[in-house]
Amino acid sequence: MQPTAGITPSTLSVKDLPWQVEWNKDTCTLCGRCTSVCPVSAIELAVHRKRVVETTTGLMQKPKNTYSVFHGIRQRTDAAYACIGCAMCTMVCPNNAIRPMRLDEGTALRFHNNRGGHARTRGGRRNAPDSLLDQIKFIRISMLTDPALDAGRHEFELRTLLGRVLPPEQGLKAFQENGWVPAVREIYPLVIGSMSFGALSPNMWEGLQMGVAYLNEEMGMPVRMCTGEGGCPPRLLRSRFLKYVILQIASGYFGWDEILHAIPQMKEDPCAIEIKYGQGAKPGDGGLLMWHKVNKLIASIRGVPPGVSLPSPPTHQTQYSIEESVAKMIQSMSMAWGFRVPVYPKISATTTSRAVLNNLVRNPYAAGLAIDGEDGGTGAAYNVSMNHMGHPIASNIRDCYHDLVQQGCQNEIPLIAGGGIGKNGNLAHNAAALIMLGASMVQVGKYVMQAGAGCVGSEIDRCNICNLGRCPKGITSQDPRVYRRLDPEKVAERVVDFYLAFDTELRKIFAPLGRSTSLPVGMSDALGIANKHAADRLGIQYVV
Amino acid sequence: MCRLFALTSTEPVSPMVAINALNVMKEGHDGSGVGLYLSGLSGPFAEHPEYPILSGIFTEKGLKRLDGIMDDLGFRPFHSVSIIKSSPPAGTPRRGVYLARAYEPPKAWADMPEAERTAQLVQTRVAIRQQGEAERDMMAFSFWPGVVMIKEVGDPLTVGEYLGLDRPDLHARRILCQGRQNTNYAINLYACHPFFIEGVCTMTNGENTAFIPIREYLSSRNVPGYTGYQSDSEVFTHIMHFTHYKLGLPVEAYKHVITPLSDAEMAGHPDQDMLARLKVLCRKMIIDGPNCVIGCLPDGTMFMVQDRKKLRPGVVGGKPGMYAFSSELCGLDAAIPDRDKTLDFQPMHLDTAYVRPECQEVTICSQLQALPRQR
Repeated sequence: MQPTAGITPSTLSVKDLPWQVEWNKDTCTLCGRCTSVCPVSAIELAVHRKRVVETTTGLMQKPKNTYSVFHGIRQRTDAAYACIGCAMCTMVCPNNAIRPMRLDEGTALRFHNNRGGHARTRGGRRNAPDSLLDQIKFIRISMLTDPALDAGRHEFELRTLLGRVLPPEQGLKAFQENGWVPAVREIYPLVIGSMSFGALSPNMWEGLQMGVAYLNEEMGMPVRMCTGEGGCPPRLLRSRFLKYVILQIASGYFGWDEILHAIPQMKEDPCAIEIKYGQGAKPGDGGLLMWHKVNKLIASIRGVPPGVSLPSPPTHQTQYSIEESVAKMIQSMSMAWGFRVPVYPKISATTTSRAVLNNLVRNPYAAGLAIDGEDGGTGAAYNVSMNHMGHPIASNIRDCYHDLVQQGCQNEIPLIAGGGIGKNGNLAHNAAALIMLGASMVQVGKYVMQAGAGCVGSEIDRCNICNLGRCPKGITSQDPRVYRRLDPEKVAERVVDFYLAFDTELRKIFAPLGRSTSLPVGMSDALGIANKHAADRLGIQYVV
Repeated sequence: MCRLFALTSTEPVSPMVAINALNVMKEGHDGSGVGLYLSGLSGPFAEHPEYPILSGIFTEKGLKRLDGIMDDLGFRPFHSVSIIKSSPPAGTPRRGVYLARAYEPPKAWADMPEAERTAQLVQTRVAIRQQGEAERDMMAFSFWPGVVMIKEVGDPLTVGEYLGLDRPDLHARRILCQGRQNTNYAINLYACHPFFIEGVCTMTNGENTAFIPIREYLSSRNVPGYTGYQSDSEVFTHIMHFTHYKLGLPVEAYKHVITPLSDAEMAGHPDQDMLARLKVLCRKMIIDGPNCVIGCLPDGTMFMVQDRKKLRPGVVGGKPGMYAFSSELCGLDAAIPDRDKTLDFQPMHLDTAYVRPECQEVTICSQLQALPRQR
């Protein structure tokens, strides 16, 4: 900083920033790749002036100054250009001469990231590394009284049901009388959660679709993927692969003009329709696609003009009550596909989840309830919503499952859990724990981006610029110069990889519990936790 | 592993035949309990086969309370077997009266629909059990026409001799008998197999790893009598009851409820559509073993099924007039040594083996076969 420069309240030093760029002059080749790849222009090429005081021995010669310059990197301290820690600079540096380092005391930025009165918005997650799910242990291990199974060689049925199941007496009667029964899909219990075409880049979407198709058609795993609110590419709508897709409709109804018009030309029914009423990352807030990301392709699929921000309202404007929502939305969506497609709502986890569920239980067209917990991710939201709004998923799912048990409907209306599953990499463990707490299946988004495409986001506020369209990995960018970095074929390979690994790990959990013939939904006697309050709250064993 | 032995015969047989077969199968420590189901009784009980028989254990005070309860309901005692013992063997607690009492039902019963009568029998048994649990003076195991149940803690042979079960009025045509092993010592007699509800009786060995979700499901069916669950095996009885009464399905369908076929096995099955539907509808009743289930239906059909993994032994064999189901071959050898052993059958993971009350043959039904046509 120049001595004459003014110090404003928002003048920050590098020490005030959470991410600090360490640069090694000795190994830097000045190739410039780091400055060009940085998605937020946090570093720039700089000319550094250096003074050396030269003193010689003796008194004859006076000391003198030598001035020189050297070229290198300078980290910007303007809050708008603060380093996000994505480490793309490190990735592209030929000599590993540069890397961002996290400084936990660099908190001053938090007080200055609202320039112009604009509260901070970002993508990503809650940035809370702790996870209650991670604390749950599987404690009922088969030992001698009943033999543990061989996870590698035994047959396993790791499938779940999506759709409304009638009570056995009623369902059998309907079969005998050739009566109508609600559509039920048998699917894999790990669903790729709703991430829209628009929020994700075309390459990412294509990679996911290819991975899902491969898992279904080559590996025999009925994996499904939800579109999110952004419509669906017209060719996919008219292809046989639509059956692997759960179409989402949300309060902005983006893309639904195209979908409805495609119905007569559909070769297959979609797997299901998800009606989004809320998401865990920003409960009570609508979806948001910032104008940066609304290019011509996105605009045409969504049926909107390009270059405008697309905020969905927080609620469906045409509905004023849960009863009406069930009656209008669920039934009319069911009707659109001749009552052959399961239709279920997705809500944010909240203390009112049980009221929603109880209402759905009484409607035979409601095919399930997806609940998204506070640890869910999003492409764009206010920082405050992401960090502080929402309900943890574990107790919410457990309460809802208990309600179903009380009403005798626990096999009839599946609960779909989402939000923070695998947030620390423990995907199979977290999923199994939620299933044993009562979820029929789980939805994951962030894990898919991290494992499938190398998203660098983490639970310590790293990167988190999904909203800006400048995703350094090309996952959430709509700029072809950026998303061409992501090879869809490689994404598909990774999706298949992590699904197969998940499948193995799930067997490794269920086999020692002696479970193989059906998914152990609600097998709470297998769970324990070294936290008395959590154990009491979830109705599982307290173990120390 | 608990030992199971069941016998079905055209002529009444002493329960001690079954208990002796259990004894032959004995390995290591055993003393957690013995349970007996007897039906097709001879003697005075057979005079009025339609009279419900209450089986249980009562203290002196409990017996008086029972008389009051039954009197209020209009049931009049017809014939009783009361076993009173004062010096139990080691490991068996001293109890009051082991009672099996047939009642003449109230006059109004003649005009009552069948369903109402059976519902009242179940409700009465459950009510006696609940009241008895509060005061610890009454235990009721069954209340049903032509059925006697006896349960006690201790070595089966010792208990059988102690209670004098060889008496002629307890000889029965169908006997289920279980000796419990490897269970904990906080023994609740209600946890002793076999379990009974509305003419359906089953016993099982092994652990039921899917117990908790199944128990939650059955408890929420709103069916009187789907209670208790002191043992994880009681759910097998209730699932059979549900299959028989609520779904109206035959014995061959039970296996499709508890261990449905895989999709690959179901492809091309003559009843594919129905079985696929059943698998979805009854998903919460899928068991995960390892279990061998032996049971008896209200019409006297006796059956054996294994879980999907077929991790437990189990054999059925015999000769026309008498067949037995045993968890181990030596039990069968002890009870019916003069049978054609080449016809012995060990049901595997897809099989249901059953013997109709006429006791003429063992019928084997694989899940891959078509289900019998529904009437």
